[in-house]
Amino acid sequence: MTVPNKPAFVRTEILPAKAPPVRATGITLWVRKNLLSSWLNVILTSLVLYALIRITYGLWPWLANGVWEADSLAHCREILAASGLGPTDGACFAVINDRWHQLLFGFYPSELYWRPILAMILFLGGLAPILFFSLPRSLLTFSCLAPFACFWLLWGGSAWVPLAAIGGLVIAGLAIRVLSKWLSSTLAVCGGIAIGLIFYLIGFSSFVSFAEGIFPLSIQQVASREFGGFMLAATIGLSAIVLSLPLGILLALARQSDLPLIKWCAIVFIEVVRGVPLIVWLFTAQLLLNYFLPPGTSFDLTLRVIIMVTLFAAAYIAEVIRGGLAALPKGQYEGADSLGLSYWQATRMIILPQALKISIPAIVNEFIGLFKDTTLVVFIGLLDPIGVARAIQATPEWNGIYWELFTFIGLLFFVVCYAMARYSLHLENKLRRGHN
Amino acid sequence: MTQTKTTKYLLAAAAPLAVMATGAAAATLDEVREAGKLKCGIHEGLAGFAAPNAEGQWEGLDVDICRAVAAAVFGDSEAVEYIPVTGSTRFTALASGEIDMLARTTTWTFSRDTDLKNEFVGINFYDGQGFMVPTALGVTSALELDGTTVCVNTGTTTELNLADYFSANGMSYEPVPIETGAEAQQQFLSGSCDVFTGDSSGLAANRATFPNPDDYVVLPEIVSKEPLGPAVRHGDSEWEDIVRWSLNALITAEELGVTSANAEALASEPQANAEINRLLGTEGDLGAMIGVEADWAKTIIMSVGNYSEVFERHVGVNTPIGLERGVNALWTQGGLLYSPPFR
Repeated sequence: MTVPNKPAFVRTEILPAKAPPVRATGITLWVRKNLLSSWLNVILTSLVLYALIRITYGLWPWLANGVWEADSLAHCREILAASGLGPTDGACFAVINDRWHQLLFGFYPSELYWRPILAMILFLGGLAPILFFSLPRSLLTFSCLAPFACFWLLWGGSAWVPLAAIGGLVIAGLAIRVLSKWLSSTLAVCGGIAIGLIFYLIGFSSFVSFAEGIFPLSIQQVASREFGGFMLAATIGLSAIVLSLPLGILLALARQSDLPLIKWCAIVFIEVVRGVPLIVWLFTAQLLLNYFLPPGTSFDLTLRVIIMVTLFAAAYIAEVIRGGLAALPKGQYEGADSLGLSYWQATRMIILPQALKISIPAIVNEFIGLFKDTTLVVFIGLLDPIGVARAIQATPEWNGIYWELFTFIGLLFFVVCYAMARYSLHLENKLRRGHN
Repeated sequence: MTQTKTTKYLLAAAAPLAVMATGAAAATLDEVREAGKLKCGIHEGLAGFAAPNAEGQWEGLDVDICRAVAAAVFGDSEAVEYIPVTGSTRFTALASGEIDMLARTTTWTFSRDTDLKNEFVGINFYDGQGFMVPTALGVTSALELDGTTVCVNTGTTTELNLADYFSANGMSYEPVPIETGAEAQQQFLSGSCDVFTGDSSGLAANRATFPNPDDYVVLPEIVSKEPLGPAVRHGDSEWEDIVRWSLNALITAEELGVTSANAEALASEPQANAEINRLLGTEGDLGAMIGVEADWAKTIIMSVGNYSEVFERHVGVNTPIGLERGVNALWTQGGLLYSPPFR
C-alpha cells in the first residue's frame, strides 16, 4: 500500500495581503514619486523649499506683528514702537479695520449695505440652478428674475422699472408665440422683438409713472457715483460676464452663418472691438460718448462702462466659442441635418452643447481675465478697489500705507477668481464623456 | 500738475467736438440749478487736497472750493456731486460737460488756458517743484544732484521741469518713471532712486508719512512755478464769475478778518468797514450782479470758513501734512494771495 506523499502542511485559506512597504505607500510614496524622483527633481525641490522658507521667514513677523486696532498710520507706528519694534517691522492692518467698508462698498450709504449683500445672495441663488444640474429645473424661473431684483436692490428707485422691463420681455415672448401661428419662425421672432421695442420706447416710462401713481413701490435711490470698491468691480464684472455669454454665443453663430450680411456684421463687430484695447473703449465710454449724446442728457457712467465691458468681453467669448464650433467634427452637423432638424433645433440640441463643453476652460479663462480687467476703470476715475485704495492712501490718517491695502484687495480677487477656476474644473469633470 | 500724452491725443481727437460742446453749454448756472447739484471734478486722492474720510465724505483744500461754489449757488455747501477725475481725463471731462468745474490741483499754464479752452478763475494754492533726498546722500543743494537717479511721475509738467532744470545747470540724471504718488513713495523708500521730485507740498506730505522722516530732507530749491487753480469751461463768463468770486470771497474774508465763527455776528449789524458789509451782503447787492442770493458770501464763510481756516484745516502746520503758509500767505503778510476788492 502506497501512502501518498502527504505534505506536512496545506494552506486552506489565502493569506491576507501584507501592507506594502513604507517606501511604496502613502505620503512617502507621494513625496518620492513627485518630489524626489530624480536628481534634478531633488535639486528643484530643495530650491523651492528654500525659497518658501525664506519668504515665510521674511513675511511672517510682518504679518504676526500686525496692528489691528489703531486710528492712523502714526498711531500704528507708536503701538509698534511701544512693543520695541521698528515702524516697518509689522503690518498696519488697522487700515483694513477702519476702511474695509469703503474697500468693499465704496461710498454706498452705510445704512443700505444690506441691499448689495442681498443682491449678491440673490445673484448667487439665481446662478446655482444654472451652475449645478442636480438642482430642480423649476428654480430656473428664479434665475431669470434674479437679475432684475439685483438691479432694483443696487440702484433702488421704483420697483416698477424692473417690473416693466420684465413686462416688456413677456410681451415680446407672447407676441412671438402668437405670431408664430401665422408666420415663419424667423419673421415671428423679428415681429416679437419689434413689438417689445415699441413697448420699451413708447409705453415704458408712462407705464412706470402710471403704476407708481397708483401703487408706489419705491426704495431709496442710490446713484452709480456712490458705487465703489469691490462692489463696483463685482457689479461691472458679473453683469458683463452674465450678459456677454449669450451675446458671445449669438456673435459666434452669426460669424458662422450662411447669410452674408449677418456674417459680415459679426466679423466687423468682433474684429473692431477686439482690435482696440479695453482702456480705449473705457475712455470712449467716459469722454467721447458725451459729445455725441444731446446736451443735458447724462447717461449713467457705470452703465456706459458695463455696456462697453460687455461688448468687449462678448467679442472675445465669440471667438472662443467659434473655436469650439470649429472643433466639432463635420459629421455632427451632417448628422443633425440627416435627422431633419431645423437650424435652431440642431444648434440647440447638437452643436452648442458640444461646442460649449469644449470651450469651457477658455470661457472661464476669459471670465477670470474680464473680472480682473475691471480694475482698469480706475483710469477713468471710477473708484474700484484700486481707486478706493489710492483715495485712502491720500487721507491724512493713512497716507504712506501701501502693502496692507493691496494685500487685502489681492485676497478679495483671489477668492473670486479661484472659485471660478474650481467651478470650471468641476464642470469639466462632470461633462466628461470619454473613458479615461 | 500733470498732463499725460494720452490727454493730448484724446484732446486733439476731440477738439472739434469740444468747440461744438462749448457753444451748447453756455448757461452752466441754469444746468447746475436744474440738476440741484454742482458736479465738481476733484483729484482721485491727494493728501490735503481731496481724500475721503472714514464716513465717505470728501475733504481737502480743493474740495472746499467746490463746497464754496455750491454754497454760493444753492446756499448749501453739501449740494455737490464729487466726480474724481484723473490727470488724463480732467480737461476732456470739463469740456464734455461731465463736470461743471474742475478743482484738481491743476497748474495754470498758457496752453491749458488758451489751447485747451479752459478758463482759470484764480489761484487757490501756489506750489512749486522741489527735490527730496535721503540725508545719507549728503546733499544740501539741488545743484549737487549731478549723476543721480530721480523718481518722477511720467508724462507730467514735473518731468519736463526736471529735464529743463538739469540741462540748464549742465547736470545729468537718470529718470525712474513711476505712475502714482504711492508707488513713488515705495520706490524712493526702497532705494530705487536717490532723488524724489514733485510738488513741494506733496513732498512735505510724503515725508511726514515716512517711517523715519528724519532720514530724508527736502532741498531748498524750488525749480518751477505751479500755480494751482480751479477752472471752468471757456465761453460761459457768468458761470466763470461765480466760481472766481467764490474763491475771492474766501481770500477776502481772511483779509477782512471774517471767519466762520464771527460772520453771523458781523452780518447782524452794519460794520464800520463797508467792504465787510458788501461781502456779507448787508450793503449793496453784489450777489444779484452774479445771479445768486445777497448773503452768498456769508453762506460760504459760515459753511466753509475763510481761506486761512480752509488752509489750516487741511494742509496747515497742525495737520499731518504740516505746511507753513509761506507764499500762500496773504499779500499783506508777505505772501502772494491777493483778491480784487469787493466793490
